[in-house]
Amino acid sequence: MGKFVRQLLPFGSLTLIICILSALEPDTFLTTENLLNILRRSSVNGIIAIGMTSIIISAGIDLSVGSMLALSGMVGAYAMIAIGGSDPQGSSLIIGTALGIVIGVICGFTNGVLITKLKLQPFIVTLGTMSVFRGISYVMNNGQPYNVPSYKYLGEGIVLGVPISVIIFGVIIAIAGFLLKYSRLGRYTYAIGSNRVAAFHAGVNVDRNLIYIYTFTGLLVGIAAMIATSRTVSAQPTAGIALELDIIAAVVIGGASLAGGRGTITGTITGTLLISVLRNGCTLLGISTHVQLIVIGMIIILAVAVDQLAQTKTSELQAP
Amino acid sequence: MTTSAQSNLSGPFDSVQGRPQQGNASKGGTRIALRMTGISKSFGPVQALSDVSFTVRAGTVHALVGENGAGKSTLVKILAGVYQPDKGSTEINEKPYTFDRPDQALAVGVSMIYQDLDLAEHLTVAENVFLGNEPKGRLPFTVDYKAMVKRTAELAKSFSFDIDPAAVVSQLPTGDCQVAAIIKALARRASIIIMDEPTSSLSETEVERLFEVVRQLREKGISVIYISHRLEEIIGLADDVTVLRDGRVVHSESVTKLDIAQIVRYMVGRELTEFFPARDVKPGDVRVRVDNLSSDSRIKEVSFNLAAGEIVGMAGLVGAGRTEVARAIFGVDKKASGSIVLDNKELSINSPADAISNGIALLTEDRKRTGLCLGLACSWNVTIASLGLLGMKRIINPARENKIAADIGEQLSIKWLGPQAPVDSLSGGNQQKLLIARWLLAKSKFMIFDEPTRGIDVGAKKEVYSLLNRLAEEGKAILFISSELPELFGITDRILVMRRGRLVGNLKTSETTQEEVMHLAAVETD
Repeated sequence: MGKFVRQLLPFGSLTLIICILSALEPDTFLTTENLLNILRRSSVNGIIAIGMTSIIISAGIDLSVGSMLALSGMVGAYAMIAIGGSDPQGSSLIIGTALGIVIGVICGFTNGVLITKLKLQPFIVTLGTMSVFRGISYVMNNGQPYNVPSYKYLGEGIVLGVPISVIIFGVIIAIAGFLLKYSRLGRYTYAIGSNRVAAFHAGVNVDRNLIYIYTFTGLLVGIAAMIATSRTVSAQPTAGIALELDIIAAVVIGGASLAGGRGTITGTITGTLLISVLRNGCTLLGISTHVQLIVIGMIIILAVAVDQLAQTKTSELQAP
Repeated sequence: MTTSAQSNLSGPFDSVQGRPQQGNASKGGTRIALRMTGISKSFGPVQALSDVSFTVRAGTVHALVGENGAGKSTLVKILAGVYQPDKGSTEINEKPYTFDRPDQALAVGVSMIYQDLDLAEHLTVAENVFLGNEPKGRLPFTVDYKAMVKRTAELAKSFSFDIDPAAVVSQLPTGDCQVAAIIKALARRASIIIMDEPTSSLSETEVERLFEVVRQLREKGISVIYISHRLEEIIGLADDVTVLRDGRVVHSESVTKLDIAQIVRYMVGRELTEFFPARDVKPGDVRVRVDNLSSDSRIKEVSFNLAAGEIVGMAGLVGAGRTEVARAIFGVDKKASGSIVLDNKELSINSPADAISNGIALLTEDRKRTGLCLGLACSWNVTIASLGLLGMKRIINPARENKIAADIGEQLSIKWLGPQAPVDSLSGGNQQKLLIARWLLAKSKFMIFDEPTRGIDVGAKKEVYSLLNRLAEEGKAILFISSELPELFGITDRILVMRRGRLVGNLKTSETTQEEVMHLAAVETD
């Protein structure tokens, strides 16, 4: 029962907010264009949040995703320019995209190795790499962005009326959702987060699985980075500052526990959309971005508080 | 029950077996520092203490002994205000008290020194001594460090303890930490000091020094309640001894009237009953050969064999290295040397994953910490060690998994709401059966059970024994680690005895006695 409430809660709130906004602003909110816009804006955060969900379920955290986003974008765009000149086209864009994604993978792998092999806390390691990745992004072009004016496809492209970025988002949701629920790696992720020592004693190769999880997140950040780069047709060394907090908020609103062992992809997607819809709605209603911050902060606390309450209720019910 | 087993004995002054007590009043006065009467305490279905009476004379060292789980810790924790008794009364210096919290016991002079000492490691000795009770400095919100150091030094001197009050605790040897903890107790005007296994982590010279300290305390009229498994220590140090067994006082007397053999008899004296299911298996060929096993964590050159269908017990005191043997075999701890041969194949094991894939199982002693993922579903916990074996190496088929879990649950008659119920909704005994189910699914050939009946009720214990028998009948090799001698004698074919990291006994169960095993486990022979 409690589990049901927990999963329903973010989804219910999302539905409620959508209903309210539809009623208040039927002409602007409830249009295909606006809804697709929300999805498109959610895709970058959502893709990263999926990776963060797996990390948080394993009782870890990754504070470096924002910096990783900037670094992947910068390296990708740099490669495009280095190969294709000041307005790179065609194959140079593809190579740059691939390279940017590979950088994300390398960053995530580095986090995973440092955490497991040096036995350091994820919080500390990624706090460090957050700074390192950001620093490299600034150093690369003296703090200036790389402009790639023709790199538009990922950000603006549309297939059958649906933005490419939304399609990528959807594919990643499906794959990650399947992996987390049905793969052995996904199962071990929950086990490690629930009780790392017990998982080890049950024969789980904890270190290897954690490295997979952080590397997987790096891969997703790399993909998100190239979408973000394409959307602004430039790679900004300042991209993604404080992004990790938004991402963690989405995952937590979605019902994951920072203590590990609990969380779902659907919950995280709902959490991501909840924040996006709220932002969008506030903008439509003319509420300033400053006030939006207050609203989102309160929602985070409210979500966790209600969740906590539901959990205490269940554990009381379970007492023999 | 032995003849002297009376639950309401209250101490050396009530004559035990009709003996008068005048002879052993050489140490300590006749004033009663502590009188606990009719103490009972249960935890859920487990009766930890039944009608225990316990009397300590002022200025004496009173040893409290008993097997693991006999109720020693529970009794002193009640005295220290950590637990509240269901029944019974406590008098300190002839005044009745009830403690709801530890600080209330502290306030009337009862101080407990825990095994892990409870010191703030990064603070100095003086800071620890006055922790929470600091002398105020001149300015508001400040602490007078000089006064703290000075008073600690004075206190140490008055008991002739040699310790530097300004030393940081983490820099001190364990023996000095113990002294620091004792001074801390004295600073709170303790008149009764409880020491729980104080020598378990001390070197021999440190033990000698601690004894000196304890004798100093006695000279100054302080009563010391001394819990130890090391009986030779007790003979040398204590004035009186109280033996607990199964939550009852079975004997309480002056130490001078007892020898180690008698104390051991009181500790284990219990009849084997029909409680243990009969088993009719002839041990087959040798399946497991452990040779010269040493690990960094305290075990040295341990060698033994296990045959198919044989249940071999492992006895020893807490800290003797039994769990460490299991951990070294299972690949949790690094082996320093030694080999493990299973079915004539020498195994190379560097992790539990290696051990499991070679057919070894370890049911760990702490099922909550090292066994179960408590928040997750029962089915997940059952299959976790054998997903590959069950044909779900990469992708899990939840329906199939659920079926497998449900089947094995039925086979072991696990009481649950279903395989999808979270593990923490199960009782301790059913959680334990769940873990056994895990290793059945993993098709283990060599199964190590570390304290499998700890903290589960009597009925569940019996089921666990039957399961062990069944596994033995299937030809598995079973190593059964337990601190409870009766169950070792009830179900094993052979008993290995560990002491201080070494294997000191390998006895046929039918040809030995609990006394012999306890003697090997507890008494230094060399």
